[in-house]
Amino acid sequence: MFESLSNRLNDVFDRLRRHGALSEDDVNAALREIRVALLEADVALPVVKDFVNAVRETAVGQEVLRSVTPGQMVVKIVHDHLVETLGGVAAQPLNLNAVPPVVVMMVGLQGSGKTTTAAKLGRIVRLRERKKVLLASLDVQRPAAQEQLAVLARQAEVTSLPIVAGERPVAIARRALDMGRREAYDVVILDTAGRLHIDEPLMQEVAAVRDAAQPTETLLVADAMTGQDAVNVAKAFAERVGITGIVLTRVDGDARGGAALSMRQITGRPIKFMGTGEKLDALEPFHAERVAGRILGMGDVVGLVEKAAETVDQEEAEKLARKLQKGGFDLDDLAQQLKQLRKMGGMGGVMGMLPGINKVKKQLEEAKIDDGMIKRQEAIISSMTKSERRNPKLLNASRRLRIAAGSGTSVPEINRLLKQYQDMAGMMKKMNKLGKKGLMRHGLSAILPGGGGGFGR
Amino acid sequence: MSEERRGWFQRLRAGLGRSSSRLTDGIAGIFAKRRLDEAALAELEELLIAADLGTELAEEVTGRLRRTRFNQEVAPEEIRAALAEEMAKSLALVERPLRLDPATRPLVVLVVGVNGSGKTTTIGKLAKQYRDDGKTVLIAAGDTFRAAAVEQLRVWGERAGAAVVARETGADAAGLAFDAYERARREGADVLLIDTAGRLHNRADLMAELQKIVRVLKKVDPKAPHAVLLVLDATVGQNAHRQAEIFRDMVGVTGIVMTKLDGTARGGVLVSLAEKYGIPVHYIGVGESAEDLRPFEAEAFARSLVGLER
Ligand SMILES: Nc1nc2c(ncn2[C@@H]2O[C@H](COP(=O)(O)OP(=O)(O)OP(=O)(O)O)[C@@H](O)[C@H]2O)c(=O)[nH]1
Ligand SMILES: Nc1nc2c(ncn2[C@@H]2O[C@H](COP(=O)(O)OP(=O)(O)OP(=O)(O)O)[C@@H](O)[C@H]2O)c(=O)[nH]1
Ligand SMILES: [Mg+2]
Ligand SMILES: [Mg+2]
Repeated sequence: MFESLSNRLNDVFDRLRRHGALSEDDVNAALREIRVALLEADVALPVVKDFVNAVRETAVGQEVLRSVTPGQMVVKIVHDHLVETLGGVAAQPLNLNAVPPVVVMMVGLQGSGKTTTAAKLGRIVRLRERKKVLLASLDVQRPAAQEQLAVLARQAEVTSLPIVAGERPVAIARRALDMGRREAYDVVILDTAGRLHIDEPLMQEVAAVRDAAQPTETLLVADAMTGQDAVNVAKAFAERVGITGIVLTRVDGDARGGAALSMRQITGRPIKFMGTGEKLDALEPFHAERVAGRILGMGDVVGLVEKAAETVDQEEAEKLARKLQKGGFDLDDLAQQLKQLRKMGGMGGVMGMLPGINKVKKQLEEAKIDDGMIKRQEAIISSMTKSERRNPKLLNASRRLRIAAGSGTSVPEINRLLKQYQDMAGMMKKMNKLGKKGLMRHGLSAILPGGGGGFGR
Repeated sequence: MSEERRGWFQRLRAGLGRSSSRLTDGIAGIFAKRRLDEAALAELEELLIAADLGTELAEEVTGRLRRTRFNQEVAPEEIRAALAEEMAKSLALVERPLRLDPATRPLVVLVVGVNGSGKTTTIGKLAKQYRDDGKTVLIAAGDTFRAAAVEQLRVWGERAGAAVVARETGADAAGLAFDAYERARREGADVLLIDTAGRLHNRADLMAELQKIVRVLKKVDPKAPHAVLLVLDATVGQNAHRQAEIFRDMVGVTGIVMTKLDGTARGGVLVSLAEKYGIPVHYIGVGESAEDLRPFEAEAFARSLVGLER
């Protein structure tokens, strides 16, 4: 069902390649696939229609550059248009150009991530802008909502407004502004209760808060997993409350994130940030190119590389690099690589970010590479003696039998691991030339059988 | 029907009515004066897509109409009924209530799902309903991660009249679940509801933690947890497939609760989930109060989805 766009387009492009030019028919054939792909990525239908029409206009009659196929040309046009619609390469920063205390208000549906994002923003503004921040929760609906923000504020090392039981949202907002002015805060962030965009009394309430607090930024916080309803939600909040920007949360999931395009297109407001985890440091400026790649099913390559660089232990990588220079990659090193792979969230986490995921996934399934296999391989290696790990040549038949029994695996599995190790050791020798950076990039694909990205075994 | 019951019944009706009004308007608009030709079918397909049914299923459902009704003059009502019928067929297979089994005491219910989907609230609502039914309920505050998760659950415990077993933030959730299970047995509770921290299904490490909770519970009773409820937010799009698949594979989800159906999201993905995975659907959430949880009814859901009275 969720075939990626790249796979779909490959078929169309094969046809296009034979035609060799961008006629209207060619473009229409490709656009049908793009339409389906966008819908499967949860871009809302009206937005898909506008988008496809805009791409058609650009693409038809476009001269195909000599060096590329018509298919590649269409992908480029689609991708560029998507990035542009999502707001271009550089994310818009938080607008704090106002007389302090500058008010930032968070709004959105229930459970979208407002309270967490309020604390994340507080932390960033404190650290990056070196400003004095006050957080205040106006949520009198959800049980313990105000306590939640107070705890998060402590973690973010910013002040939170003392809780007064029974106080109404507008009154809380006024008190927050008072305290902000009196104690010379630069920024006051108001967290509000989650509300449905069709809940008339609650929408009126948030409009009243807006009138009282006059926020410079009103941020709509929305979940990256949102489906077609994203347009209704964004439209209602934009019309009733008047938003100045959007924060897309849970981008650390594997949703394709089409809601980003829907909301951006419908409101015309920039997506300023994206939430990439539950911890308070997991907030990044919105990255249009990364999200565009995901919507198109081309994989979050940038995200993968960054995650790899983050997770791979710098010291370990250097140690490995030094060892490799001496040509001594042993099974301990392999175990180390397996561990790093697991730390990156296992195969699931890594695969979700890889381009061409469907093709790769199939090959991985055939090769029976999954998290279970990684664990079994780790078990095999840990059942070996130190000297066996240093010198795999010692592993004769009886030793292999012992290890199979000790690790709860089988001799064929051990044989496979050793074959994989040999392939890798060979590969690693070649990679010496790439140096440390190269190793970090390729270390991951190198541990897969066949090495170097060829998953065919 | 008691006053209170009518209250939430109407609330649901209002909620579902809102959520389907756009679809209804659309259908009426398309078919008021037209025969069921290709253009009309295409628009119908789009309406289903806009309800989060997914492209494939939307095409299939309209395809079925094409085979039986093509070029007929059809009234909007008729089309709506036919559409609802198609969807109700799939949904009927998963309409299954969560039953207490007198032989299994306490019934251990583990509640899982992605962040913010409504797990804690659903537990609060369930606890209240069981208590109103005269059952004794123990709640385990298994979300030892999120700020004030325990306090939130305590408020719900008070509302329901159910004791809450909790530990400090950062404590081992599996150990807490084990202790709560032991206590529920000692005290002869009817139901043990275990809350868990929200987690994204693609986080292998967090899913392994969830598996550990299941393993630990099995030490007490190999059949525990007796129910594993996946809580899905109705606003979710096609990613619900991944959530259902991975949570099912990792912790053996036995039933689904779909929350937030009181908004405009229609939860159409539930239809394709039913066809693909066949996981039973027990409840729907239609608001933030204790009474806003009601049994899932396939026909009502399908009919409400296309804007028909039940
Ligand atoms: N994985 C992930 N989880 C997030 C992210 N942002 C928030 N969360 C989690 O989502 C859940 C809900 O977050 P909250 O901040 O309480 O959401 P809210 O919008 O304030 O909820 P209400 O006040 O009930 O409407 C919590 O479990 C958060 O930890 C994110 O970017 N990634
Ligand atoms: N409108 C509406 N809101 C709901 C419903 N169910 C839950 N909520 C709200 O959704 C928000 C999140 O609910 P929680 O129960 O905290 O969600 P959770 O899954 O426990 O969240 P985490 O523990 O942070 O992962 C709260 O504001 C709830 O009041 C529902 O059926 N309708
Ligand atoms: Mg909140
Ligand atoms: Mg919770």
